[in-house]
Amino acid sequence: MFDFHPQLKQRFAALRTGAEFFSLRYVRESNQYLSVRKNIAEPPSLGRDEGAMLTVRVRGVEAYAATNDLSPRGLQAALDRAEQQARVIAAHALLDLSEQPVSSQRGDYFSPNLDQPFPSLSDCYQLLGDESASVPKDERLVNWQVGIGVTQVEQIYLNSAGAELRQAQRFVYPGLDVTAYDGSDSQTRSLGRENFGQQGAGDVISRCGLLGAAPRVADQALQLLLAPNTPPGQRDLLLMPDQMMLQIHESIGHPLELDRILGDERNYAGTSFVKQEDFGRLQYGSALLNVTFDPQIPEELASYGHDDDGTAASKQFLIREGLLVRPLGSALSQYRSGLDGVANSRASSWNRAPIDRMANLNIEPGDQPLERLIGQIEHGILMSTNRSWSIDDARNKFQFGCEWGQLIENGELKGVVKNPNYRGISAQFWRNLSAVGDRSTFQVLGTPNCGKGEPNQVIRVGHASPACVFSKIDVFGGDA
Amino acid sequence: MTRTTNQAEQFKDLVQWLQEAIRAPEQFTLSYSAEASEFIRFNHAKVRQAGQVQQASLRFKLIDEGRHADLDITLSNDPEVDRQRLAEGLHQLRDTLALLPVDPYLMLNHSQWQSHHVQEHPLPGSEQVVAQIGRAAAGLDLVGIYAAGPISRGFASSAGAFGWHQANSFNFDFSLFHANGEAVKASYAGHAWDSDAFAQRFDQARQQLEFLGRPLRTLAPGQYRAYLAPAALEEIMGMLAWGGFSAQSIASKHSPLQKLYAGDAALSPQVSLDEQVSGSLSPAFSDEGYPRSDLSLIARGAANDRLINSRSAAEYGLSSNGAGSGEYPSALSMAAGQLPRQEILKQLGTGLYISNLWYLNYSDLPAARLTGMTRFATFWVENGEIQAPVSTMRFDDSVYSLLGSQLEALTEQRELLLSASTYGQRQTASMHLPGALISRLTLTL
Repeated sequence: MFDFHPQLKQRFAALRTGAEFFSLRYVRESNQYLSVRKNIAEPPSLGRDEGAMLTVRVRGVEAYAATNDLSPRGLQAALDRAEQQARVIAAHALLDLSEQPVSSQRGDYFSPNLDQPFPSLSDCYQLLGDESASVPKDERLVNWQVGIGVTQVEQIYLNSAGAELRQAQRFVYPGLDVTAYDGSDSQTRSLGRENFGQQGAGDVISRCGLLGAAPRVADQALQLLLAPNTPPGQRDLLLMPDQMMLQIHESIGHPLELDRILGDERNYAGTSFVKQEDFGRLQYGSALLNVTFDPQIPEELASYGHDDDGTAASKQFLIREGLLVRPLGSALSQYRSGLDGVANSRASSWNRAPIDRMANLNIEPGDQPLERLIGQIEHGILMSTNRSWSIDDARNKFQFGCEWGQLIENGELKGVVKNPNYRGISAQFWRNLSAVGDRSTFQVLGTPNCGKGEPNQVIRVGHASPACVFSKIDVFGGDA
Repeated sequence: MTRTTNQAEQFKDLVQWLQEAIRAPEQFTLSYSAEASEFIRFNHAKVRQAGQVQQASLRFKLIDEGRHADLDITLSNDPEVDRQRLAEGLHQLRDTLALLPVDPYLMLNHSQWQSHHVQEHPLPGSEQVVAQIGRAAAGLDLVGIYAAGPISRGFASSAGAFGWHQANSFNFDFSLFHANGEAVKASYAGHAWDSDAFAQRFDQARQQLEFLGRPLRTLAPGQYRAYLAPAALEEIMGMLAWGGFSAQSIASKHSPLQKLYAGDAALSPQVSLDEQVSGSLSPAFSDEGYPRSDLSLIARGAANDRLINSRSAAEYGLSSNGAGSGEYPSALSMAAGQLPRQEILKQLGTGLYISNLWYLNYSDLPAARLTGMTRFATFWVENGEIQAPVSTMRFDDSVYSLLGSQLEALTEQRELLLSASTYGQRQTASMHLPGALISRLTLTL
C-alpha cells in the first residue's frame, strides 16, 4: 500500500516553480466488474488507472495541469503548464485567492476491513453463478443479471505548505436485476446495483443481502407484471430507504451545493432555489427533518478523513429540526461566500479538479418502527427502489419513479401496484414530512453515479436514511 | 513531429510488442484513447477555473480458446513504462483467463481492415480565446466552458486490423443570464476557430436574451401546442439513444422502443432516423474493432435496423453491424421536414417555443413515456409573435405521441449538435436534427 509514496515525495520535493503555493494529488485506482447474465459469465472488465494533478497559485490565481506522466520530468512539465495557464488567465480571473488559507494537515485514512482480502475471482463467479441459477424457470422471465463491482483507490495529497494526506479505500457494489415480460409490458425488479454501494470487503456482499435473493427478486418482478397500475391521486407516501436516498440526493443535496448557489454550475448541472441568505432562516422541512453531512460512518461510500483540498472532515448538521443551517460548501466556497460549510471539495479522479460535491448526506433516524409508520396511514402507498428521476435545474419541481409500490389502506399494506411515480416541489415536499422511521428502518446506501461539473465528473456519494412518511403527495402510474 | 503523431507511433510500437509477446493460440484486440485538453470554466463572464489534462489509455482484450477478458490500462507516455504496464496487463489477463469458462457469445472479427483519419487544423491559443470571449461578454453574465485540444482513437488486432483517428477540436458551451434569472444557451464548436463566426453566434444568443427581460408567464398544467428546437429534440433523442436501438436492450425488454421494434407501435411517417457515421466526427471503427457503416434505424416511422455488436450477434443469431460495446448511436441524423425556419412561429400560432429540455427520464419505459423540464429560453407565443418567457415547466408525454400522432411538421433546416460531454474524456458524438412542431404537449407541473 502507498508503495509509490516515497518516490512521489522525492519528486514533489524536486519540483521548481515561481508559484507562491502548489499541490500535487496523486490517484491510483484499480477496478473489477464481474457479472453473470442468464447463467452465462460475461467477460470480466478490469482496469488500472494512475495519474496526478498539479495545482498552482500565482499572485492569487489558481490553475491546474493533470498528467499521466509521473516521471520527474513529466511532473515538472505539468507544473510548468499549470503556472503558464495561471498567468494566461490572470487578467480575466473571477477569484483572487491570495488570502485563502491552505491546508498543512497530515494523516492517513483507510476503509474498514481493507486488510481483509476480497473474495477471489473464482469465488465471486461461483457466487454469481449460483445466484443466477436460482432464478426460477418461467418463460416470462426474459432477462436477469447478477454482478459485483470492486474499486480500490489510493490517493496521496502533498502541498508546498507541508500537507501530507494519504487514503486507501475499497468500494464494493453488489447487485442483481430480473426482468419479466408478458408479450406487451415489461417490469424489472432489482437489488443493490446503483442503489447500494459501501466501503469494505466481502462483508458488503452480505450486508447487501445478495446471497439467496434471486428467487424473491424474480417473484417480485412477476408480481409487478400482474399488478395494476398505480392509481392517480393524492396519498400519504411511505418511502423506503432505497428511494429516500434519491429523494435526499436530488432535492436536498444538489440544492445545498454552495458552488451551484454561487452560480458556477448554471450552464450545466444548474442552479438552486436556495439563496445564500436562506441559511439560518429558511424552514426547509418539518421539525422532524434532521440532515447531516457525516463522513464518519465507516462503511458509507463517501467516508473519508480529509477532502481533496486537505480540509479535515467532520459531521455537521445541514438542516436541524427543519431549519436550514449550513450549505455543502468547501473551503473555497466558504471563502467566496462567507458562509460556514463542510469538507466536500472532491474530484472524480486525478484528471478532474475538485469542486463542491455531496459526500455522505444522511437523514437522522426518528423514533417510529416500520409497523407504526404503516399503521398511521389511512390512505397511502409504499414505494421502494428508485428507477426514474427528473428535477428542474433549480432542484425544485421533481418527478421520481420506483420499481415497487404497495397500497396502504387503514393502516395496513394492501396489493402491489406497478409503475409507482410521484411528483412534487422540493420547497414544499419536505414540509410534508409527517413521520420518520427509527434506527431499525435505517439503511446505509450509496451510489457511484453522481454527475456534475464542467468538465464533467461522476463521483460516489453515500446516503443513509430511515423510512419516512410524507402527507398528501400526488402519485400516479404508467400507461400500460 | 507533432505530439499526436508521436502517439500514433507509440501505439504502433505497443501493438508490435504485443504481437510478439502473445503465444499461439492467444489473440488480442487493443483500443487506444488519448487527449490533451484545455478546460476553461467561466462564471459571471470571468474565468472561474482553468487547467489542462493530458491522458492516454488502452483497452486490452486477451482471447485464448474462447475465453476472454478486458483490461483498461492508463499509459504514461514513456515507451518503456508503457511496455512494462502492457506486459503486466498481459500477465494479469493470462491469470484471469485461466479461471474463466468458454464464452459462447464471443465472436471475433478476423478481417485485416485499415482506417486512417488525421485532421491537424491548428487551434487558437487560450490567451486569444479568453480575450475574445471576455470582449464579447463585457457587461453580460456569461457562464460556461471552453474545451479544446487534440483527441486520438486507435484500434489494432492480432489479426492485422488497424485504425487511427485523430482530430483537433474545440467546443465553447455557454449560457447568457438575464438579471431576472432567465437564460439562453448556445455553443460554438468545430475544428477551426473563426472570430467572425464566433461573434455572429454570440450575437444570436444576445438577441434572444433581450426577449427574456419581458415579464415571466406562468402556465397552468395542461396540453399545449409546442415547437421543439433541435437542441430540445436532442434531449429526447438522447434518451432514446440510451438502449433504444440496442439489439440486446430490445431482446431483453429494456428498450424504450421495444413496441416500435415489435411492430406494435409506430412513429409519424415524417420520422426517419439514421446512424450516419460517414462524415461524422466519430471514428469509422467501433471500440470492438469493427468498421462502422451507416444504418437506417427508423424509416418513415417504422423500425428498421438495430445496433448490433458482436456479442448480440452471437447471442441472438444476428449479423454485427459495427455497433460498439454499449450499442449506442454516436451520429444520429434525422431527416429534415418541410417547415421553413421563417414559418416556425406562424405555424406554431399560439403555444410554446422550447429551445431546450432538461433532465429527462421515463415515467413508463416500455410505453416510451418521458418526463422532463423546460430549461433556457422557453417562450409563450401568440398568433405567431413571441409574447413572454415562460417559467420552468414539467412535461410528461409519450414518444409515440410527440413524434407520432401529434407531430405536425419537421423543419427544413437541421442543426449539427456536437456533444459537449466530458465524462472521463471529451466525447466525439453528434446529432443532426431538425426542429419539431407538435400539436399537443402535456405539461404536468
